[in-house]
Formats: sequence, structure tokens, C-alpha cells
Amino acid sequence: MTETVIEFKRATKWFGKLQVLREITLAVRAGEVVVVCGPSGSGKSTLIRCVNALEPIQEGELIVLGESLTRPGVNLSALRTRVGMVFQSFNLFPHMTVLQNIMLAPIKVRGLAPAEAEKTARALLERVRIPDKAGVYPANLSGGQQQRVAIARALAMQPKIMLFDEPTSALDPEMINEVLDVMTDLAKEGMTMMCVTHEMGFARRVAHRVVFMDAGQVVEEAAPEAFFAAAKSDRAREFLSKILTH
Amino acid sequence: MLDLSVLVNNFTFLIVQGLLGLGGFTGGTLRLAVPAIVLGFVFGIFVGLARLARARAISLPATLYVEFFRGVPLVMVIFWIWFIVPQLLRVPIPEYGVALTAFVIFEAAYFGEIVRAGIQSVPRGQVEAATALGLTRAQTMRFVVLPQAIRNMVPSLVTQMIVLFKDTSLASIIGYVDLTKAAQIVNNREIRPFELYLFIAVVYWVCTYSMSQVARRFERRPA
Repeated sequence: MTETVIEFKRATKWFGKLQVLREITLAVRAGEVVVVCGPSGSGKSTLIRCVNALEPIQEGELIVLGESLTRPGVNLSALRTRVGMVFQSFNLFPHMTVLQNIMLAPIKVRGLAPAEAEKTARALLERVRIPDKAGVYPANLSGGQQQRVAIARALAMQPKIMLFDEPTSALDPEMINEVLDVMTDLAKEGMTMMCVTHEMGFARRVAHRVVFMDAGQVVEEAAPEAFFAAAKSDRAREFLSKILTH
Repeated sequence: MLDLSVLVNNFTFLIVQGLLGLGGFTGGTLRLAVPAIVLGFVFGIFVGLARLARARAISLPATLYVEFFRGVPLVMVIFWIWFIVPQLLRVPIPEYGVALTAFVIFEAAYFGEIVRAGIQSVPRGQVEAATALGLTRAQTMRFVVLPQAIRNMVPSLVTQMIVLFKDTSLASIIGYVDLTKAAQIVNNREIRPFELYLFIAVVYWVCTYSMSQVARRFERRPA
């Protein structure tokens, strides 16, 4: 039994009067790849944004890497250095080159020497298969390349957990696979991952577990084979019939 | 016909004294405008940041400050500091001090608004990405938000700097010898308004046009 690294305990969140997370109870173990899916507005993005405290929860408890995020005085910056995040819209820093994007946090947050940070950054670019783009500005990259830089930027902090918030939803179809391939490599290397995605092929191949959400609740959790072959809930079956038949 | 000898004979007074502010007594458009622009902008950054602060104890005074100084004429601010502040403090303030203080206080309100708009123009995702990497709020502001915000601000900032540069001519009403006042002094003696006021118009234009050209170069730098 490997250790639990993310644990939601009856976590509840409101946006004003709208309840977006309803008593979520969910645990993710080290090395596990969990795909979170569900209809839009189901709270899946909010769920993973809570893990690095981009969104706070209001009730219940959330423990990440042994730290309770609801404990007063918890050092969120320190926690975030151990939890990487990749966004739907890449969010690269447009005024910095690819290399500078990757080196910023290791230098400013970790206090690494620039030469050392650069060495790591170049190795990471190699890993995401775009070593030749180091000196380029994000505006001159394709979407797929930008997203791979974003992954490298997150990995530069050597996180224990990686969060992916619809990483391929903003990409042209022919670029989706180059990003999914990098994510698959990462999963094979044993990274703990939570991915919000509609890429069911990826979920089938790579995920250890699929979490289906609807209306702020975890409706179903299952291994991908079981989930895709015979989802237990009506809502999950309805969702799957909609996204798998187009 | 235009008699340009009035300009030749008084060139040193108009340019060295009136424009640059070098020489025997304090004066000079640039000597007032340059520190006013620099200090006004620096002060404006703080005003703009304060307006965006979460704590109302900080944002409210900043908002009142901006709304107040945008709502009153600059000449009035100059008069206050010229007539009222010395009475309250019981110390005389020289023209230069009055003019510089008035411009910095007044322009910081405008620069503050430009800074606020510039910061708000940076997409939220940028802040989230920086936060997710573990950068503190101050680091996010300094390394991610401000560099992008300032680039977005350049056109409005330059416009405001040009306005400020030209507005320094208002300092002549309290006797500060800027370019406008210098031309007025020469004209009182030689009665050559066409030549003098055309000439200073050209000087003002050359200065402001150079400012906008420098700014365009900034805007063209790679994103």
C-alpha cells in the first residue's frame, strides 16, 4: 500500500451562492494517474485547482503531501513548489523566452544558480522534445509546443504531483498527441497525476482510475476498463454516450 | 516680416535658461519636467497598486486621492501650494519646489490610473501560472505582471508624459522661468510675439515628438 498524497475529506466549496463542490471525499496515492471527467460545470477543474490551493475550500479538509491546506498559517507557496500545474490556456509568460519561462521559478523560488537552472531547463526541453526552441518567445510556438514548454516549466520545480487542467482542450487536433505523449512518458516514470481531460483514449491507456463528476459530486470512481465497459451510474453512461459517439 | 535676430540674440536665455534650466537662477522646462515625470510615475505606481489592494484601508484612500485630483484643475493645485501651504507651514517655498510638488501630486493620480489599467490588462492566467509555480504575490507582481503591464501602458504613459511636459508651462504663472516665461520676458522687452511664440512652439513640438518616437521604439520590441 503506497502512501496517500492527496486526500479530500468531505471538501465543500461555494462560489457565492453556487455550491461547486459537495462533500468531496477522494484519495490519490503516490504514483497514481487519476483522470477526472464529467460534463462542463461539474466542478472538475475546481477540484484540481483546490489541490494547489489556487481555490480554497470552505468546509471539510484537504491534505496534500501531508499538509492540511485548511490549517491556518500553512505555507502555500512552499506547497505549490511541490505540486506542478498545467493549464488549458498554457499561460506561458509572453515577455520571456522559453528558457527564461522554465528558469524563473527555480531561480527566484528555489534560489538555484542561473547556470544550474539553465542546465535543468535544457534537459527538460530535451525531455519534452523541443530542445531547439530554448531561445524562442512563446508567441512564435505552436499550441502543442507551448503546452509542452508549460509542462517543462512545471517539472522544473521537481514537483511530487502534477495537475493537468484540460491540457489539450485548446489545441488543434493534430497537436493533441504530442502533448499526450509527453504526459504518457511522465505517467510511466511514476509521476502522481490528476488530469481533467476529455481524452478518453488517454484515460483508457494511461489512467489507473477514472473519477466521474457531476454537479459538484464524485458520482463514480472506477478503473478505466470497468468505467468505459460498464459505468454504474446513469449520469456517467449518458456522459460517455455523448462524448464517445461523435 | 519675421525678424529672427531676436531669437539669435536671446538664444542662450531661451534655450539654456528657459528650456534646460542651466544658469544663474532656477528655472527651466526640462529641469522641472524630467523630475516631475519620474517622481510622478514612481508615485503613480504606488497609487495604482494601492487602488488594486485587497484591503479597503489601502484601496479606499488611493481611490479618493485619484478621484479628487482628477476632479480639480492643475492651476488650482499650483495656487494652493503657492499661497496656502506656506501659510500653514509658516515657511516660504520657492517656485521650483511649489511647481514640482504640484505636478508630482497631480500627475500621480493620472499615472496611477494608467498603472491600474495596465495591471488589470494582464490576463488572470498569468498570475495563476506564477502562483502555481510557488512565486509569492510580490514576486508574481515584479517578474510576471509588471513587465507585461508596463509594456501595455506605454502608449498611455507617453501621452500623459507629453501632457505633463506641456503643462509645465503653467508654472510660469507663479513666476517660474520655464521656456514660456522666458519667451514672455524677452517679448516684454523686445515686442516680437510672432517670432518668440512660434519659436517656443517649435521647441515644445520637437521635444514631444522625440518622446513619442522613443516610445514607438519601445512598443516595437518583441513581446
